[in-house]
Amino acid sequence: MLDRTLSPNEVKEMILSICDKIIASEAKLSEADRKLGDGDHGLGMQRGFTAAKAQVEALDPKSIGEVFSATGMALMASMGGASGAVMGMLYQSGGTALNECEALDAPALSRFLDAARDGVCNLGGAKPGDKTMVDALVGAQEAGQASVDKSLSEAFAAIAAGASDGMEKTKAMIATMGRAKTLGEKSIGHPDPGALSVSIMFNTMNEYVNC
Amino acid sequence: MKKLLNDPNQAAAELIDGLVDYYNGSVTKAGPGAIALTEIAADKVALLVGGGTGHEPIYHGLIGPGMADGAACGDIFAAPPPNVILDATRAVNKGQGVLFLYGNYAGDVMNFKIAAQLAAAEGIRVETVLIWDDVASAPPSDKESRRGIAGLIPIVKLAGAAAEKATDLEELVSLVTLARDNTRSVGVALSPGSIPATGMPTFELDEDSIGIGMGIHGEQGVGVDKMMTADALADKLVDLILADDLPIGSGDEVLVLINSLGSTTMMECLIVLKRVKAILTEKDIKIYDVLLGPLVTCQEMAGLSISFTKLDETLKPLWDTPCSSLGYTKL
Repeated sequence: MLDRTLSPNEVKEMILSICDKIIASEAKLSEADRKLGDGDHGLGMQRGFTAAKAQVEALDPKSIGEVFSATGMALMASMGGASGAVMGMLYQSGGTALNECEALDAPALSRFLDAARDGVCNLGGAKPGDKTMVDALVGAQEAGQASVDKSLSEAFAAIAAGASDGMEKTKAMIATMGRAKTLGEKSIGHPDPGALSVSIMFNTMNEYVNC
Repeated sequence: MKKLLNDPNQAAAELIDGLVDYYNGSVTKAGPGAIALTEIAADKVALLVGGGTGHEPIYHGLIGPGMADGAACGDIFAAPPPNVILDATRAVNKGQGVLFLYGNYAGDVMNFKIAAQLAAAEGIRVETVLIWDDVASAPPSDKESRRGIAGLIPIVKLAGAAAEKATDLEELVSLVTLARDNTRSVGVALSPGSIPATGMPTFELDEDSIGIGMGIHGEQGVGVDKMMTADALADKLVDLILADDLPIGSGDEVLVLINSLGSTTMMECLIVLKRVKAILTEKDIKIYDVLLGPLVTCQEMAGLSISFTKLDETLKPLWDTPCSSLGYTKL
């Protein structure tokens, strides 16, 4: 158990582990997208996190925010489309909240998630219940807020569980945004691919911290 | 599906290079996906368009004198990322500001919004007009949920003419908003296009069914109907436009665009035009000009759309000015 804080370099290592995990999840994410979209979500995420990996590997970070923001900018620039904008904005706006932060603790993690949620929701206009990645992000963000008094390892475990719950809930929802909207009730039973990506990201963070 | 490609994943990059080759010096690449007129008049208020590729000739084929000054191009059917939009913005900016004009799709709106913030941070003034002409995509009370389809062709042409005469960005915004607000479209899908990288169809539709009001990526429209004659279809589509909130009636003058979504032939478009003309004549609505052909497409998708732009004394002179581009040229 880790009951201390994460340094900028440890956050860099954590992001690199997310990059590897997402790159390796291409087939799983594309399969999920074939049920609801045009089946290219995994490829887009793979492209984005390959670019983010190269960008982050070259960093000698002085702040926590620097690592997250560099990840966000690389995702946005390399992915394009709606998913590039929202995935990039998650890290970029979350990172902006931690520009001055040199040690990640549970309150800082919560600030990251609050800013990430605000950035994504202001940009795309999705609300919880719309069957998008926002459902998983808000699951993590609410768990983060409930964990500000806990240790960092407990906070990471909680946000991973929150993101997983949020993703699971999207299975029962009807898509109201994006291309999946055209499927209407046929979208029930399948998780939103973006929510699945977000859940993988936060669970990989938890594995980095707690394993 | 037989399709002339090299590496399917490089289709967007290669078509953009080909587009620059087509313009033969008058258009320059300002970065991957970002293209602009090589020469833009000093002090011009700039017009930037953009969106996903795969729908040629839009949007990147609408660059030219009297049309757009530049375009930001995404991957196939995907919005361009903010840095590409920013590259294109810098390339067209002449210090008088830049108007972003593009179709109302979630991915485009988000990426252009981020790019507008990045441009503002560099001191470039940006305003936005979204194109939302598809009457089948949401009720008139909810225009902000409507998609942009083929009506963008007359809108971009009018915007290009407006950008040449506008003295500032505010004037351009108001002229382009008028062009947008006076344009209505509705489409019909007969069969899907395919995704170049995978060969998969973009949506499913039964052999004897047609999607009235269906979007160019297969988005939901008014409903699925049985195949019908060209005249019956034209009646239905024109009714949908005239029933919308833009009053078009006796004595009015309109531009008419019959747009093929890709593989629907000129023969079919002309047969539909004949009926549209008859309906409008009967209602004493005058056709000021006609546009016809594959201008907003989705690969080999079959189907077409009808657009009307109601012209007033402000828009008429803008329509009358010459323009040239790969997609639309007016002498």
